[in-house]
Amino acid sequence: MKRRQFIQQSTAATALVGVSGLGLQSFNTSKTKKITILHTNDVHSHIDPFGPEDARNANKGGVARRATLVESIRKENPNTLLLDAGDIFQGTPYFNYYGGELEFKLMSMLKYDLATIGNHDFDNGINGLYKQLPHANFDFVSANYDFSNTVMDTHVKPYKIFVKNGIKIGVFGLGVQLDGLVDKNMYKETVYNYPIEIAQDMSRILKEEQNCDLVICLSHIGYYYKNSPDRVCDLSLAKATKDIDLIIGGHTHTFLPKPTIEKNSIGKNVLVNQVGAYGLYLGKVDFYFESDKETKSEGATIII
Amino acid sequence: MTIKHIFKLCFILLIVSCNENSNITKIEGKRIDIDESLLENQEIEDFIKPYREQVNKNLDSIISFAPETYSKSDGELNTAIGNLMADAVYSESNTVFNKRTGENIDFVLLNHGGIRSIISKGNITSRTAYEVMPFDNSVVVVALKGKQVQELTQYLAAAKRAHPVSKQFQLTLTDDNAVKSATISDKKIETNKTYYVATNDYLYNGGDRMDFFHPNDSLYVLDYKIRNVLIDYFKKTDTLKPQIDNRFIKLNN
Repeated sequence: MKRRQFIQQSTAATALVGVSGLGLQSFNTSKTKKITILHTNDVHSHIDPFGPEDARNANKGGVARRATLVESIRKENPNTLLLDAGDIFQGTPYFNYYGGELEFKLMSMLKYDLATIGNHDFDNGINGLYKQLPHANFDFVSANYDFSNTVMDTHVKPYKIFVKNGIKIGVFGLGVQLDGLVDKNMYKETVYNYPIEIAQDMSRILKEEQNCDLVICLSHIGYYYKNSPDRVCDLSLAKATKDIDLIIGGHTHTFLPKPTIEKNSIGKNVLVNQVGAYGLYLGKVDFYFESDKETKSEGATIII
Repeated sequence: MTIKHIFKLCFILLIVSCNENSNITKIEGKRIDIDESLLENQEIEDFIKPYREQVNKNLDSIISFAPETYSKSDGELNTAIGNLMADAVYSESNTVFNKRTGENIDFVLLNHGGIRSIISKGNITSRTAYEVMPFDNSVVVVALKGKQVQELTQYLAAAKRAHPVSKQFQLTLTDDNAVKSATISDKKIETNKTYYVATNDYLYNGGDRMDFFHPNDSLYVLDYKIRNVLIDYFKKTDTLKPQIDNRFIKLNN
């Protein structure tokens, strides 16, 4: 009896210490907090670096090198998230031989926090994707794919919230239209919903209901379609929504040397970024926060 | 103050601290090159190694032999490498198609641009198949009316490219690129007959402007990648002996 009481007391004390620690940080108005967002997209099973004879990307890329880079950034700032915007699969024999197992295992070793689903992730069918899930120690988000009538049901959430150093980060996922792009036999009963309304809804939930300090869209809908300017894309998404701070894109293999700054529906800045394909680059966006209530609302300084 | 009270207090503190939003004051964005300047993480490298060795062992095991080098540019309207691919698609896919439907494929049509590499003289490995066909296109069989097969011949006549066809199909053009004769298994094309034409899903979906595949009577998706067709064909064929022949030719005066 005495022992039990002791345990209860010590638990309560620990909880209090934990919370007061958090409280102190939150109320410490002068302290700046930094959140680092790292991202890849369309890696397409490129595990090894390109060979020295490759005409375009000689000696570039490689997961083992990316691991070194991610590790050093995490050491510098533990409040880091590592995200992938889809098309993890398909592109080298590693996928044909192992069906994505190695890709997921390596991403888990690199401690990826979250990914969204690209069209090529259906290349071994939705069952092929489902089969590899046990190898992924990270979650998948997609807000506009409805997997209710598929094996992926309950395995993909619309969004995920992370808390890093007291900063609440909401990340939601978006996928590209599958009809015409992927064989129906592959995606089966997956339902694609138009991304704009979904994104408006998601950003409202994350910003207003969940009170997130940072809202990120992990998108595989494509950066921009020059030949089909009316097709929904990251740039049109940025303009048609509010409360999204960063759109991390994929699908179009767009090599942006630096993030694009777009104005959202209420005139505020949104960053849109994409780092091409094949793991040739790592995207890095640092967000600095101040909890000072007097911070002016005109927006953040953007250095790109 | 009981433990319950302490927990309530904690909860209130949590709510309060969460309610105070932090504002973004500064954003810095950049991209970082992944190149030789970064050392490889040894743990990751060691983890990949057995997978890499297994893949390379498989890819580099010898499955056939090429006595010559074959290129898609070494023929006018038909090439040895194209004939090899179309005939391989016929023989490998027809087994699957026949088992499934009881019917036989009448002929195969592929695209010249779909041959992505030469076949080099010497040993053939699975890697050869990955080089020739790096894409994941698969075989589909389309039931087409003779009228559309005639459109197909018109397309080939106008394209004047060595789009690979299998040996059951014969097309002769006049010296001014008009269709002189077109046969399937030595018989004239009948307008109302249904023909089973095997192709790849890229062309079926309108690639290379091959619009004659629509509308059609039916489509059979074989779930058989062209690359796997080649690998299976290589494994069965000790020495490749593809040749340029008369399946698609143009008469010269």
